[in-house]
Amino acid sequence: MTSPPTTAAAGTPAPLLPDDETGRPAGTHAGPRTEPRTVNPKDFRRRSLRTRRDFWVFLAFALPNLILILLFTYRPLIANMQYSFLDWTLGSPTATQVGLANYVRFFTGPDAREILSTTAVFTLATVGGSMVLGLAIAFVLNQNLRGTTFARSAVFAPYVLSGVGIGLVWLFIFDPVYGVLAWFLRQFGASSPQWINDPDLALTMVTLVYIWKNLGYCAVVYLAGLQSMSQDVLAASSLDGASGWRQLVSIKLPLLSPTTFFLSITCMLSSLQAFDIIRIMTPLGQGTSTLLFEAYLQAFGAYNRAGYSAAISTVLFVILLAITLLQLRFVEKKVHYS
Amino acid sequence: MPTPVPTPAARVRRAVGGYLPLALSVLMVFLPLAWMALSSMKPASEIITTDLAILPQAPTLGNYATAMSSVPFATFFLNSVIVTAVGSVIKVMLAILTAYALVFVRFPYKNAVFIVILVALMVPPQVSVLPNFLLITELGGRNTLWGIILPGLGTAFGTFLLRQHFLTLPGALVEAAEVDGANHWKRLWQIIVPVSMPTIATVGLVTIVNEWNEYIWPLIIVDDPNIMTLPVGLTLLQNSEGNAAWGVLMAGALLVIVPVLVVFAVLQRHIVSGLTQGSVTG
Repeated sequence: MTSPPTTAAAGTPAPLLPDDETGRPAGTHAGPRTEPRTVNPKDFRRRSLRTRRDFWVFLAFALPNLILILLFTYRPLIANMQYSFLDWTLGSPTATQVGLANYVRFFTGPDAREILSTTAVFTLATVGGSMVLGLAIAFVLNQNLRGTTFARSAVFAPYVLSGVGIGLVWLFIFDPVYGVLAWFLRQFGASSPQWINDPDLALTMVTLVYIWKNLGYCAVVYLAGLQSMSQDVLAASSLDGASGWRQLVSIKLPLLSPTTFFLSITCMLSSLQAFDIIRIMTPLGQGTSTLLFEAYLQAFGAYNRAGYSAAISTVLFVILLAITLLQLRFVEKKVHYS
Repeated sequence: MPTPVPTPAARVRRAVGGYLPLALSVLMVFLPLAWMALSSMKPASEIITTDLAILPQAPTLGNYATAMSSVPFATFFLNSVIVTAVGSVIKVMLAILTAYALVFVRFPYKNAVFIVILVALMVPPQVSVLPNFLLITELGGRNTLWGIILPGLGTAFGTFLLRQHFLTLPGALVEAAEVDGANHWKRLWQIIVPVSMPTIATVGLVTIVNEWNEYIWPLIIVDDPNIMTLPVGLTLLQNSEGNAAWGVLMAGALLVIVPVLVVFAVLQRHIVSGLTQGSVTG
C-alpha cells in the first residue's frame, strides 16, 4: 500500500497553524484568551521558568521523530538530486560530475517518450477507472438495503491487502494456459493471448489489477461524500420533480466535486508511486515501466546506474511536488459547494 | 425511502436495481480471492489442466507444505511480525509524543517544526530509496532487521493525524491537570492518551497495515532469505517455483494476505476511517 492519502486534506476541523501569540492552537480553546490579566512580577518569573522547561520538554518529545524525518526524508531528497548530476555506477568508488547529462540523456533518449507515456497512461487510466467505478459502487452502497455494511468492507478489503499477494493471484488468473481467463476464452473457441508477456497487453492488465485494488478506496470516500450530503436539498429537488438522472447531474455530482478533487489528487499520487503490483506481474517492466519502476530498474536491476536512476526519481519528485502544490492551493481556497 | 409495504413491482425493481448491483460489486472483489483460496488447496494435477473444476476434487494442504519447505516461510513470517510490531510501536509512540508537543507545549519555533513535518508528508518515500540504501549500507544495516525498520520510523503521517485530533480536545482538560501540578509526561499519559484511544487505534492500525505490506524498501535492503519479510519472501518463492507451480504460489499469497485480512475484518471501521480521514468535510 502506498502512503495514506492525508496530504493536508480538506476539511480538517482545526486550523493548520497555531496562534503564535499564545503558543496555543488558535480557536481551539473555549473562552476568551486575550482577557487582560493583572500581572505581578512573581507570576512573571514563574512563567519564564516554565517556558524554559517547556522548551526542553518540547525538544525531548519531538526531537527523535524530527531527527528521523530529517535524516531519512529530507537528507535523501537532497542527496538524490546531487547523485543525479553524477555519472556513477552503484558500488563503484568513483563518480564523475556530469552536470545535466543524465537529464539530457533521459529526455532526448529513446526511453523518455515510452516511460513518460507509460506513466501517463497508467496513472490516468487507474485514477479515472477506479474513480468512475468507485463512484458507481458508492451509489450502490448508498442504498437502504440489507448487507450494505458487509459489502462496504468487502469492497474496501483489497486496498489493505499486500500488493505482492494480489499481483500473484491475478497473474494466475491471466495465465495463458492454466488461467481462468484462458479457460473462459476456450469456451468460446478463442485462444488466449499472452496477457502479461506481450508488452502491448501487459500495461492494460496491470492497470486493471491496480484499478481493482483501488476502487474500494474511491467507493468508500465517495460514499462518505454521499452520506454527508444535505438530505434537504435532495428532498427539495424531488418535490420540484427532478428525475433521478437530473438529480445526479445537477445536484449530486456538483456537491461531490470537492470529494472528486480530493480523490483525483490522492489517487494520482498513489498511482505515480505504484510499485509492488508492477514488479510482481512484470518483473522486467515489459511495457509497464513507469517512472518509479524505471528508477528502480536502473539502480537495482541489471544496470546499477545510480546517477541516471537518481535523475529519473528527481523527475518523478518534481511531478509529485507539482501535484501536491496544486492540491494545497485548492485547499487554501477552500472551495466547497455545501 | 423504502415504502412500508412494497408492491410486487417495487420488489422486482429493488432486486434488479438494488441487490443485483450490490451482489456484483461484492463478487467482483470476492471471486479472485476465493479463487486463490480454492487453488491453494488443489494438487498440481488439478491446476496444470485445461479442464477447469471450480472446487478442488482432492483438497490438499500439500501446497502449503511445499511453500513452507522450498523457502523459509516461517522465518519470513517471524521477520514480518518483528518488523511490523517494532516499527508500529515506535512509530505510534513517536507520533503521540510529537503531536502532544506540537499542541500542548509552548515552543517558539512550533510553526517551523510543524511545517517540516507537513512537507515530509509530501515527499514520497520511494524518492529516498537510493540515498537511504547507501546510508544504511554504510552503517552496516544491509540484511538486518533494524536496517529494514530504521528508515521508516520517522512518522509525519501519524503525527499529523494525531495533532489534528489533539487540537479538537477541550483546553480545559489539560489546564485542570496543569493547575493540579501534573507535568507534561503525566498530562500526556493520564489525560490525553486515554481520551484519544480511538484515534490512536486508527493510527496504529493504518501503520500496522502499511508496515506489513511494505515492499520496495525491504526488497532493496535485504537479499539474505533469513532476513526477508513475507512480501519479499513471496517473490523468492515465485522465482524458485516458477510460474507453473500456481498452487504453491497461491498458498504463499494466502499466507501473506490472511493476517491483514483478519485484522481488517475485526477492526475495519477504524481502518476505513483512518485511511479515508480528511476526505470529507465536517
